[in-house]
Amino acid sequence: MADDDENIILSELDDSELSEQMQDDLYDGLKDEICEGVNILLARGWEPYAILTEVLVSGMKVVGDDFRDGILFVPEVLLAANAMKAGMAILRPLLVETGAPKAGKMVVGTVKGDIHDIGKNLVGMMMEGAGFEVIDLGINTDADEFLAAIDEHKPDILGMSALLTTTMTYMKVVIETLKEKGIREDLIVLVGGAPLNEEFGAAIGADAYCKDAAIAVDTAKKLVAERKRLNHV
Amino acid sequence: MNKLQSMLETRHFLLADGATGTNLFDMGLVSGQAPEMWNFEHPERIQALHQSFVDAGSDLLVTNSFGGSARRLHLHNLHDRVREVNARAAELACEVAAKSGRDIVIAGSVGPTGDLFEPLGPLTYAQAVEVFAEQIEGLKQGGADVAWIETMSAPEEISAALEAAYEVGLPSTATVSFDTAGRSMMGLAPGDFAKQMVEREHKPVAIGSNCGVGASDLVYALLDLVPNAGDLPVIAKANAGIPHVHGDHVEYSGTPDLMEEYAKLAIDAGARIIGGCCGNRPEHVARMRKALDSHKREAGLSLEKITETLGPLVSPPNLSGGRDGGRRRRRNA
Ligand code: B1M
Repeated sequence: MADDDENIILSELDDSELSEQMQDDLYDGLKDEICEGVNILLARGWEPYAILTEVLVSGMKVVGDDFRDGILFVPEVLLAANAMKAGMAILRPLLVETGAPKAGKMVVGTVKGDIHDIGKNLVGMMMEGAGFEVIDLGINTDADEFLAAIDEHKPDILGMSALLTTTMTYMKVVIETLKEKGIREDLIVLVGGAPLNEEFGAAIGADAYCKDAAIAVDTAKKLVAERKRLNHV
Repeated sequence: MNKLQSMLETRHFLLADGATGTNLFDMGLVSGQAPEMWNFEHPERIQALHQSFVDAGSDLLVTNSFGGSARRLHLHNLHDRVREVNARAAELACEVAAKSGRDIVIAGSVGPTGDLFEPLGPLTYAQAVEVFAEQIEGLKQGGADVAWIETMSAPEEISAALEAAYEVGLPSTATVSFDTAGRSMMGLAPGDFAKQMVEREHKPVAIGSNCGVGASDLVYALLDLVPNAGDLPVIAKANAGIPHVHGDHVEYSGTPDLMEEYAKLAIDAGARIIGGCCGNRPEHVARMRKALDSHKREAGLSLEKITETLGPLVSPPNLSGGRDGGRRRRRNA
């Protein structure tokens, strides 16, 4: 593994070596190698969802942990996120094809004034992986843009992301606007982002605060199921 | 010699001001609005904030233009009003200073573009210089004494802003936020930043640190920054503690008492321009004035002393040295 000068031929590695190597490549932000690895695993019959969760997401977890521990900084994290994005671009259409019955639809965006999107993108990818259709409005999204997308796509879930203490309060502005328009109850509102907490989510009137992408997926599934049950009664 | 330099010649310490953004929120700014628009919509509130810092004893006012570059104003569709927004910001502060009857430096705030430089993002160096130059021209036109380049994290962005100030012909200062394990988000360490500034052909008038994650972390960063800053005066503008989310609003943990102690430690660390960033209200700044007027610099400031006085580091550096720049290397290519 470490520091050898030999070129590694990805296709010659067995599944577990390859999966490990791909996580290293993700760590090093090697986009082309990630794409190559994804294609090899697909050719070997791996499920797209398994590649996403067992290789890419667990690889990103290491990146996230080392970022948290002050070993990596933003440039390295962004390179890794870009490599993940490239792998995800291959997987996305396949996830849609092979995906379990549609779990639901989510409109998601980073709120106005805020340009952080790494976390939101991760949430979007995980939700797609879990069978949700995701409409991503990008960064700096204002209430009107959220409203227009809700009107157009009729989602089950509205997801909002904010990373700044100065922009997280904009989520409340959006929720109040939904109430004014009388459509708040038509939607499950999920919020997330590093500075938020449970108390904040409750105080602004969201249905749930999601600490990370995995929790976002679980929460989305749970709340959509509850809603379906209620609607059947 | 410019005004900031001449004031630094005659005084030991200069008191900067407190927060702009968080105080504007307290005055009714709503999340999602551009604070810079208040230069037109509520000039009296901007001036009231400046006046409150003058009354607290500030020798330097930072203008309401942090997000005044085209890249930032673009988020609010105001990118075609860059010059106007910045000129107005400087004028508002100048008027307050003129009425004070004191010498007050007008520091034209220049914040980051918020964009990443290529290859990570879309911004080229040349574009960044252009974007900053446009903003700094506006500030100069409105009467700013210095381009106050602040809250930076990327070395190339700092360079671009300094180069723009030089092109426009306005003196400059540069401060970085060391908020991520003792470095900036982009991995810039305080000492390395200082060395880069000292080596520049056209040096800023002063360098230092602002914002970030609390007063302890900022003073700790100075322990590395000051010894590498040569004879450049050092700026410290720390947040009032750290933000805590209570219900649907945010409060900063730092009391005026704490910020008085912070100002003393900033002096001990070797800073000469001292003030506050997010969360600092006029009452915090007034207590810093007290510290600046009475405290005598003590030698031998240590991390222990900092954390005993101001609380634990929020984002301590990783002292294990990391993993040799990577987990496992694939190829040496
Ligand atoms: C369904 O809905 C959901 C559900 C779950 C959701 C969800 C939505 N959204 C998130 N989740 C959750 O799931 C995700 C996956 O598990 C998680 O997402 P996270 O986003 O939390 O986690 C990501 C996977 C990884 N984390 C991140 O991507 C954020 C990392 C840090 C370092 C960060 C980054 C990378 C950046 N930044 Co910024 N940045 C920081 C961050 C420091 C930190 N330690 O968090 C923070 C957030 N930044 C900060 C600042 C100040 C800024 N940044 C800025 C800029 C940037 C970069 C451009 C350099 C870059 C963003 C690049 C990009 N494309 O996103 C500026 C903001 C510009 C703007 N208007 O937005 C600027 C203002 C700097 C400046 N002075 O201009 C600080 C905020 C301080 C505060 N009190 O608000 C900050 C905490 C750093 C710090 N320690 O000071 C969960 O929160």
